[in-house]
Amino acid sequence: MSERLGEKLNILADAAKYDVSCSSSGSDRKNTNKGVGNGHHSGICHTYTEDGRCVSLLKILLTNHCIFDCAYCVSRKSNDIERAAFTVDEVVELTMNFYRRNFIEGLFLSSGIFKNADFTMERLLRVVKKLRLEQNYNGYIHLKTIPGASDELIKEAGLYADRMSINLEMPTETGLKLLAPEKSHQDVIKPLDFVQKQIVQFKDEKKLIKSVPKFVPAGQSTQMVVGATAETDKEIMYTADSFYKNFALRRVYYSGYIPISNDTRMPILGTQPPLLRENRLYQTDWLMRFYGFKVHEILNDANPHLDIDIDPKLSWALRNLQHFPVDINTADYRMILRIPGIGVTSANKIVQTRKFGKLHIYQLKNIGVAYSRAKHFIKCADTSFQLKDFQATQIKAFILAESQSKYLKTDTNQLILF
Amino acid sequence: MIYIFDGSLEGLLTAVFEWFERKPGFVNLGTEKTHQPGIFFETFLVETNRAKADRVWNGLQKKLSREWLRKFYCAYLSELPEVFDALFHFATYIFLNPAGAEKNYGNEFVLKVSKTARSVEREKHRMESFIRFQHTSDGVFYCGIDPDFNVLPLIANHFKNRYADQQWIIYDLKRHYGLFYDLNKVEEMTMNINSQAFKNPKSNQLDEKEILYANLWKDYFKSTNIESRKNTKLHVQHVPKRYWKYLTEKQI
Repeated sequence: MSERLGEKLNILADAAKYDVSCSSSGSDRKNTNKGVGNGHHSGICHTYTEDGRCVSLLKILLTNHCIFDCAYCVSRKSNDIERAAFTVDEVVELTMNFYRRNFIEGLFLSSGIFKNADFTMERLLRVVKKLRLEQNYNGYIHLKTIPGASDELIKEAGLYADRMSINLEMPTETGLKLLAPEKSHQDVIKPLDFVQKQIVQFKDEKKLIKSVPKFVPAGQSTQMVVGATAETDKEIMYTADSFYKNFALRRVYYSGYIPISNDTRMPILGTQPPLLRENRLYQTDWLMRFYGFKVHEILNDANPHLDIDIDPKLSWALRNLQHFPVDINTADYRMILRIPGIGVTSANKIVQTRKFGKLHIYQLKNIGVAYSRAKHFIKCADTSFQLKDFQATQIKAFILAESQSKYLKTDTNQLILF
Repeated sequence: MIYIFDGSLEGLLTAVFEWFERKPGFVNLGTEKTHQPGIFFETFLVETNRAKADRVWNGLQKKLSREWLRKFYCAYLSELPEVFDALFHFATYIFLNPAGAEKNYGNEFVLKVSKTARSVEREKHRMESFIRFQHTSDGVFYCGIDPDFNVLPLIANHFKNRYADQQWIIYDLKRHYGLFYDLNKVEEMTMNINSQAFKNPKSNQLDEKEILYANLWKDYFKSTNIESRKNTKLHVQHVPKRYWKYLTEKQI
């Protein structure tokens, strides 16, 4: 029996791994009934795979049988792969035993669609109910909302899950129509919107009545596949931005497409996944969420793609040199955040420390500013007077000469002598 | 001049008290263990005194937020001699200046305390992630660790809240003490036991299901990896090699 369980785990973990979300943060669920598990506000990554991604949750599909035939998905109907399905008890047992040994922070349960949406959602619901009600389990649960499932089922699931998510899959409607003609963005928007409205409603009620239960306390997230179809970075980020705004999403994930089939509509097998592009998209996402950038400042009609050789923050600074140099000792916090080489922590420290006297270069270095990058954009107490104004291209050349990209295996600046 | 104390938190706080009583000018703080007598410096032996230490701690409580008191405590748990010295100077700096002085990151001692606290918190968080319990045949979940800093006091609450319905032991093999949770409270414990045997309990000491779940976890770890995205540098950055000995998924 245990051998079969191992086989199933291999198949269904392998099929679930393309879902990148592994966050376990944002839930403050307490272990009140002296059971097992609780939420951790910032989440805990219990290990990292050899590709450097964190493993926080036991991420599995309930089954990889699926009635859909989406070209970008390994579990698509027409794909000739081994199929398997867990029973409800098997998932519960795996979760509990892994959790008790501190292997995982919780469960991420998704599923292929078998029979129909309601049937699938009902099975997922049975797993989470069993964990919460029979096993006294208070750890993290991330549950996939199955598009097309009835509102009652989704609402009930929300009472037990910490986070729910539905994947947008393709950043644009046309891309989705090309690869998965049976699906549309509307299928995703409807349940996202429903859950969001419920979250707001439960929060409002909780203000009045303390005993109102938690409803999806860690919010919702979604995921887009990048590089399978020909979207621009601008289209991707504008879509992300509108989803952040309209559905108060906690996260949008960008998953570089990993070729899995010989379908001619997508990159061929053996193509490298677009890791650098994915990285730049995440950097942009962070700039939008934590650095006060508006999406149109970074990407617009004149710049529909992010620079490959430099990060989006530096790229923005070089396009907007009129704002620089910024005086560290007088500038507004929001402006300090926009200086390349200064992050949120350093910016906070700078604003607190300068009350005690003017800041000097050595102090900035000690605080943790990447000075070799920031020096082109700042003034502080002992900055030497400079007569010459450098052009954006010159500054870029200085910075590139000093830094080395972790993505470029061979340094292009290196002269080849022989 | 050098002040010598016994290495305890109370001793450190007493040293601050003695300094204010005498005001001898610039002083360095050293521990009995690491101090080497020299001919150029006068030494003063600080006698640990609970009442004096309490007065200093109460004084700090009035001046610092809870966040900073925790930083102070965390930095102390690093057990590094140079950090003891920094904490001593940090405390005198806080008392000599108006409230809010701890925000001056331009001061080397403030920065040192804050940075060290951060490292200790990081180690604490790593223990929360990398501890792997093994279910022993007598029903206790056991894990032996040897963290860089003395983080057991910091992680006790986390594990107590989380694993409220199972008995567990986390044992610091380097500092020779551990925590035992008996379903009601967490207690400090010491064991006179061959630590080598305790690092890897023999299979007959383990619950029969233990090997099954360890293998399932290794399987899971393998199948959740995406081969074409392999990035060893990033992997090692997140899970430094010195922690691999804890990790079930890294054992062959």
